[in-house]
Amino acid sequence: MLAFLIKRFANAAFVMLAVALLAFTIFRFFGDPVEMMVNEQATQEDRAELRERLGLNDGFVTQYTRFVTNAVQGDFGISYRNQQDVMVLIGERFPATFELVLVATILSLVIGIPLGVITAVHRESRMANALQLGSIVGVSLPSFVVGIMLILAFSVSLGWLPAFGRGETVDIGWWSTGLLTSSGRAALVLPALSLSTFQITLVMRLVRAEMLETLRTDYVKFARARGVPAGRVHWVHALRNCLMPVITLTGMQIGNLIAFALVTETVFQWPGMGLLFIQAVTFVDIPVMAAYLMLVSFIFVALNTIVDVTYAWVDPRLRDDTAKAGGANG
Amino acid sequence: MTDTVLDVRNLRVEFPTRRGVLTAVDDISLTIGKGEILGVVGESGAGKSMTGMAILGLLEPPGRIASGEIRLSGDRIDTLTEHQMQSVRGRRIGAIFQDPLTSLNPLFKVGDQLVETIRLHSTLTRTQARTRALDLMREVGIPAVEERIDNYPHQFSGGMRQRIVIALALCAEPELIIADEPTTALDVSIQAQITALLKRLCRDRGTAVMLVTHDMGVIAETADRVAVMYAGRLAELGNVEDVVRRPQHPYTAGLMGSIPSLRKDMHELQMIPGSMPRLGAIPSGCAFNPRCPQAGPKCRRDIPRSDGPGAACWLALTGETA
Repeated sequence: MLAFLIKRFANAAFVMLAVALLAFTIFRFFGDPVEMMVNEQATQEDRAELRERLGLNDGFVTQYTRFVTNAVQGDFGISYRNQQDVMVLIGERFPATFELVLVATILSLVIGIPLGVITAVHRESRMANALQLGSIVGVSLPSFVVGIMLILAFSVSLGWLPAFGRGETVDIGWWSTGLLTSSGRAALVLPALSLSTFQITLVMRLVRAEMLETLRTDYVKFARARGVPAGRVHWVHALRNCLMPVITLTGMQIGNLIAFALVTETVFQWPGMGLLFIQAVTFVDIPVMAAYLMLVSFIFVALNTIVDVTYAWVDPRLRDDTAKAGGANG
Repeated sequence: MTDTVLDVRNLRVEFPTRRGVLTAVDDISLTIGKGEILGVVGESGAGKSMTGMAILGLLEPPGRIASGEIRLSGDRIDTLTEHQMQSVRGRRIGAIFQDPLTSLNPLFKVGDQLVETIRLHSTLTRTQARTRALDLMREVGIPAVEERIDNYPHQFSGGMRQRIVIALALCAEPELIIADEPTTALDVSIQAQITALLKRLCRDRGTAVMLVTHDMGVIAETADRVAVMYAGRLAELGNVEDVVRRPQHPYTAGLMGSIPSLRKDMHELQMIPGSMPRLGAIPSGCAFNPRCPQAGPKCRRDIPRSDGPGAACWLALTGETA
């Protein structure tokens, strides 16, 4: 298990270095950072001095090393637009996006997995067919449409839930959470639902497909032959064998959710990183964009690594050490 | 054999399909007594596994029992609900499947699968069930059980896994074990060990066994009586000695002739020309008539049926095929 962990972490570190190279290239070579930072009256000497101070005259490798060293310490420089530390800006916005994505992910699993099992087990029933049809609609609707429809139904017509913003938040250290206030929770419902609609149907369809496959296997039949009750066969023996792809999908999709959150955050004016990024793009705020790129990549890589480690935990066959011990006798 | 454990009467299994109803098992009657091993042989698709699955109540839909009766120690089990069947499977009928590599759930330790099965069919606590699981594993010949009980199926070899499967089938001391090709997926050297183990365990316990296989050698070594199936029908039923030495049905004779032997000096193996008909295209009369060297007009007209031991063949029944 240890060798496996080290291998996975080395892979992750290598990928991050490559991403850092990309982010650094954007930062350094897409437009001149000096031009963006000084005002129009600055003299040639001012510019040269700033260039020297920023270390832009150093060699490529030195600059890249410095960029990585700073990035590891969470230093991505100063935002061109609001002259604030980029990490502080992102730090302010990150909790909002994280809570949104977290709740959307939990929703997609808690709703998607049971629906998938039910539609697979009762595949001939009318309800299963209806769910299956509904899932096609869910997959095909773009999330901004879902968002707007939700706003129309629950905010405008019924007036039950707020249509925008995060409600009241509570600060726990640097983390501002909306989960502890009722207005914060109410504000979270619609964006999370809108973000997770696609996920729910994706998880449901995946679980259904995997379950149909698993229900045909010998060990499911053998479990029934041992007298294991149908419910236990479906929800314990079969479902556990379906979770592998669900874990992968969920892990990969959290990355996608953060990306999709961009749209949802725009629709619901949710003060998260997505909204920050959209604003950064509008003002060509390159440090913010570079930091966002690094952060999202980091989340992707971290998730992939966690997914692989979880694999080894769920499926004993993937653990390096047991595979070696598996030179069975007999 | 006075105590009849399994009594199957006129069992008929059908599969309704778009192109009509297929009859996978056609009017099969057989009995197995306490401690008796009945071998069921036939080619792939002869309906032997289907018969086993029907008894277990595990026919895949749309397959269903169309008619007939199945009795287990006198209790009718083919009419039970799925829920009632759950307490028959595993408890009163144990099952062993063909492929030990796929019979065990790969994500659960073998000990957990044993404990689960034991606790389903008894009131033992987790600790007691674990002790019983260890005993069972020892009994089926697994070394270092204390250590092995917490291993996953992939850490066992094929033969060891089949031993675990046998232990699982024996968990609740069932009256009947249905062993569906228990040795087919194993190495030849392991096959004999597993067959001997199965035979010994069932003799000791007086468990009735239905041993489904296409391997006549396994039957000859293990079984007391044998049922030969062809195209869903019973071709011949009788004591192993009689059937092997003096086959009455031309199909059985053909099967015997196609077994290689080291003892007899044979230049060439005999074979039965042609192949078994598909379920949708069973010829009228005796299903074997197109391949039978002795077939007459009667064989193409009427289906021969045999009640009890003997061959379902007009030649054996009436001595003529005209």
